[in-house]
Amino acid sequence: MNPALWVAKTGLDAQQTNMAVISNNLANVNTTGFKKSRAVFEDLLYQNVSQVGAATSQNTQAPSGLELGTGVSLVATEKVYTQGNLNQTGNTLDVAINGSGFFQVLMPDGSLAYTRDGSFQTSATGQIVTAAGYAVQPAITIPAGAQSVTIGADGTVQVQLANQTTPSTIGTLQLANFVNPAGLQPNGENMLVESGSSGTAQTGAPGANGLGALQQGYTESSNVDVVEEMVNMIETQRAYEMNTKAIETNDQMLQYLDTNL
Amino acid sequence: MDRLVYVAMSGAKETLRAQASNNHNLANANTNGFRADLSAFQTQNVVGAGLASRAYATSDSAGWDASSGSLDATGRDLDVAIKGPGWIAVQASDGTEAYTRAGDLRVDPSGALLTAAGNTVLGDSGPITVPPYSSIHIGGDGSVSIVPRGQSAMTISTIGRIKLVNPPASELTRGSDGLFRDTSGSEQSSDASVHLMSGTLESSNVNIAETMANMIELARSYEVQVKAMKTAEDTAASSSKLLQSS
Repeated sequence: MNPALWVAKTGLDAQQTNMAVISNNLANVNTTGFKKSRAVFEDLLYQNVSQVGAATSQNTQAPSGLELGTGVSLVATEKVYTQGNLNQTGNTLDVAINGSGFFQVLMPDGSLAYTRDGSFQTSATGQIVTAAGYAVQPAITIPAGAQSVTIGADGTVQVQLANQTTPSTIGTLQLANFVNPAGLQPNGENMLVESGSSGTAQTGAPGANGLGALQQGYTESSNVDVVEEMVNMIETQRAYEMNTKAIETNDQMLQYLDTNL
Repeated sequence: MDRLVYVAMSGAKETLRAQASNNHNLANANTNGFRADLSAFQTQNVVGAGLASRAYATSDSAGWDASSGSLDATGRDLDVAIKGPGWIAVQASDGTEAYTRAGDLRVDPSGALLTAAGNTVLGDSGPITVPPYSSIHIGGDGSVSIVPRGQSAMTISTIGRIKLVNPPASELTRGSDGLFRDTSGSEQSSDASVHLMSGTLESSNVNIAETMANMIELARSYEVQVKAMKTAEDTAASSSKLLQSS
């Protein structure tokens, strides 16, 4: 009916979604290895009402036209891959990545997923698994009777067996990296999966080729900055209110027209 | 009926249109690098018989607000904001060179440096391609340097320089995709004085208080137009009543 109303409505939609993104960040402030998301806005198409530069006479042109904007849209929610804090837990199988890269995890359906959450555990067979029980790739099984497990910065997993003087190496953890980690598709459960825009995974040993080094006994905390999210929330709330005000004003204008004519 | 009603109607119609443009600014109060739309009214004289006392209003875009938005620190390597005047050159979807102030950049799997909206960022010599890297830095002059993957932090290679331009506001117009282009259709040459800041984003330059005040003013002006239409109706009604009684 009236473009002014619909334009303000796009503003409400966008701020509403932004609020959902902020809420999700805040809800995951204590999730290990969580990376915050950010909503990206873009102005919608412009409607060309009168063309700029159109001839107003043979020798003159309109210096400005009328390009009527149609509002705002949310183009993307992108993950921000800044490093989270490394918190010491002392747990043998807690591994944090100090730098870029992801652990590879074999999902129940046979596909590979990627995560920054390195709070691992062992399965009934001694295999290293994530907190949800999914096997970490390459598969590493800790033999029964191991007295201690050491995970080196380069991913080497060593165990000290009883009756042996030197530790024995049982496997090496590998990390995967992507050209555009922001393009990974979040799948819940702290897992990310490869997508068309992330590029294919390039695996390598931790600490080499730009991949981060591993830190045993640490977990990476979420990189959500609570103060920043609070400020974002205030900004979003006010922007929402102002767009509501715009709708209300337009409603009043139309109401005035309705009652007076 | 008196032509007064048409004059008032044109005022009301154009005020509603200006309100839409004002709402567009308000809706984009949180859009990075957005430039507020300025609207203005022009008079259009009604030509014809009778006194030249009537003029229609037409709403017009008076361009856009060229002031800078505030700079917000984000800490992300690929977020850049322009300090002061200037523009980042990108390739629009139609292949032409366009300009934007929104500097939330990303790298796609093929290595192309893109804006959040998906436009390729142009360097001084064509689009910028980023080889696999372990860290990336965008300098104040727009030069993109990386530590290539598999190399030590000592190896820093500069892979290109983002094209930054600084044309006067009068030479740029906004296209229907929200990107700015040279009015004459040519390409601007790069300007070394434009300064980029890495790890920051420029917020929208919409002045919320001003936009809200503008909204109230437009709403009131609309009511005045409607009132004038009502008066025209009343005048017509009383004159027809006058004829009835005689």
